[in-house]
Amino acid sequence: MQQGFPVTKEEEAALRRQYGLDQPIYMQYLKWLGKVLRGDFGLSTAREAPVNDLVKERLLLTVSLTFVTIVFIWTLAIPIGVLSAVKQYSIIDYIFTFTAYIGVATPNFLLALAILWVVLDLGGGYIGGLHSPEYMIAPWSWGKFWDLLKHIWVPAIILGTDGMAGLTRIVRANMLDELNKPYVLTALAKGLPVWKVILKYPMRTALNPFFSGIGYALPNLFSGATILGVVLGLPIIGPLLLEATLDEDMLLAGSLLFILAGLTLIGTLISDIVLAWADPRIRIEG
Amino acid sequence: MAAESLARPQQLEEEEIYIAPQWKLVWWRFRRHRLALVAAGFLSIFFLIALFPNFLSIHDPKITHGKDSLVGPQRINGLWKLSPYVYDLETVRNPDTFALEHTPVKDTKFPVNFFHHGQEYKLLWLFRTDIHLMGIDTEDGRPFYPLGTDRLGRDIWSRLAHAIRLSLSVGMVGMLISLVLGVLLGGISGYAGGWVDIAIQRLIEFIISIPTLPLWILLAALVPRTWGIVEVYFAITTIISLLGWTGMARVVRGRFLSLREEEFVAAARLAGAREGRIIFRHMLPLFVSHIIASVTLTVPAIIIGETALSFLGVGLRQPAISLGVMLVEAQNVRSIALTPWVLVPGLIVILIVLSFNFIGDGLRDAADPYGGRG
Repeated sequence: MQQGFPVTKEEEAALRRQYGLDQPIYMQYLKWLGKVLRGDFGLSTAREAPVNDLVKERLLLTVSLTFVTIVFIWTLAIPIGVLSAVKQYSIIDYIFTFTAYIGVATPNFLLALAILWVVLDLGGGYIGGLHSPEYMIAPWSWGKFWDLLKHIWVPAIILGTDGMAGLTRIVRANMLDELNKPYVLTALAKGLPVWKVILKYPMRTALNPFFSGIGYALPNLFSGATILGVVLGLPIIGPLLLEATLDEDMLLAGSLLFILAGLTLIGTLISDIVLAWADPRIRIEG
Repeated sequence: MAAESLARPQQLEEEEIYIAPQWKLVWWRFRRHRLALVAAGFLSIFFLIALFPNFLSIHDPKITHGKDSLVGPQRINGLWKLSPYVYDLETVRNPDTFALEHTPVKDTKFPVNFFHHGQEYKLLWLFRTDIHLMGIDTEDGRPFYPLGTDRLGRDIWSRLAHAIRLSLSVGMVGMLISLVLGVLLGGISGYAGGWVDIAIQRLIEFIISIPTLPLWILLAALVPRTWGIVEVYFAITTIISLLGWTGMARVVRGRFLSLREEEFVAAARLAGAREGRIIFRHMLPLFVSHIIASVTLTVPAIIIGETALSFLGVGLRQPAISLGVMLVEAQNVRSIALTPWVLVPGLIVILIVLSFNFIGDGLRDAADPYGGRG
């Protein structure tokens, strides 16, 4: 092992027994799974602390960051996508299309560094993290919550720019497909106001693939958040996972991956429910 | 008269359309996508750089100069007079901040020679030569730095040329792996149908639903630290592309499913053609263009993946030179605020990815030259 005291054969065997390493791998896995299902993620070997304690707060912050990001994406991607479809080939369309391309092509961390630079330059004073120093270890209070809101928008915008670019393209493409269909023409011919027609019929249909895409957007958000977390020093799950894998802290890394995969599954489930709620056809057939 | 002469080329073109082979139709469509054409131009430049990084580099990209740490980009003066020169650099350690400060000395000029005889290298792994695109002659052998240097005093310009080669090659090799996996599994899935199809589709959904980066990190961290550059390179490329083939598989499967029901396939089967012939002779040509389009869109994803992993320190590592490895220098705001030129590799990443995306989009629009909008 590392430098230090010698270990006898008996001690090694005792240690192996203590950590259950003498059992076959599937037994180790089943035992771990059984504990996880009872809410016990075990002990982080590198940090010598229960995984539960390490993860609890980070999990909350990860979910809130993802939530804020999704809200940000939605409030912008839908109107922008619809607008660039309705005004296809106009200057607005070209500007948004081009921005979307740049957004997709720019690695998250570069965008993070650039925005951080701009914010610092403007005297914003944001230097990463999700809390001000005075709230770093303070227990949760309204003051801390307000402080979190003041910090969370920077990473949310950075994360959102990436996801927004793709979603805007999807909404735009779907809208373009729908706008050319005869029922739109019929509605217009009957004299309904243009915006009412657009909002009421084609947009509803065009948003369908969008809802089903939320499920797949989540893994991407978590991936992006990992790099961003490292650059901005965010107290979320991603950076901890990176450290854990580099330390070969398998219990911690495994638990984190398990949690991330679980969050993704929940996200997919929510996206399915939203899809069924938004589209009566799916509800009836389902 | 005028109307007639205007109408004629149109007519000719229309006649040409009927007899043009498919690749020609695709090319005509693609040509109309101007951004894609510009992107193709950019990309060919990058591929040229990737072919001749040694010729373009001014200095050995791995040699460090402690004295030349964090030199800013040096201006090449007198370009318009066709006699370019650079000023000598004077390096002084600031007594207050202990930082090295480099100031140009306007008295000493070094003319920039083109096709300069410098270090020996092998061109295209074959020819031994010592000709470089640019270079200067100085007594102490100090080169000049058109894009500045990094913390260890390595020439960013030369490193960039080598990094473009490595990052592009990661993208291309990873793309090949994704292509083989995607076409094979997607093809089997779409052609066989039944439980095979269900199994492969569930596998794909499973892979898509896992957050990619954490899994990449986990797999990449398993690569032993003792491995050499080449082993790590192939390990990382394989890891990234193992998760990247799913999009390709879906495209191929979708095409197979829709083509399987076509009359010409039934006709070929009734005429007694073997399965292999039906797939490769009758079906494959119809979606080769789709495959190329979707291949073009996997490359940038793989390049970004490599950059991200190397940036985090679990991908390629020193002494390998990739765009992500170079960006490790730009990990905090301080370094960007003080030495913004270390971000240049990031701009190159954006340019490469943008080019691939534009070309991919152009190809996707052009892939089906028989239908769709105008």
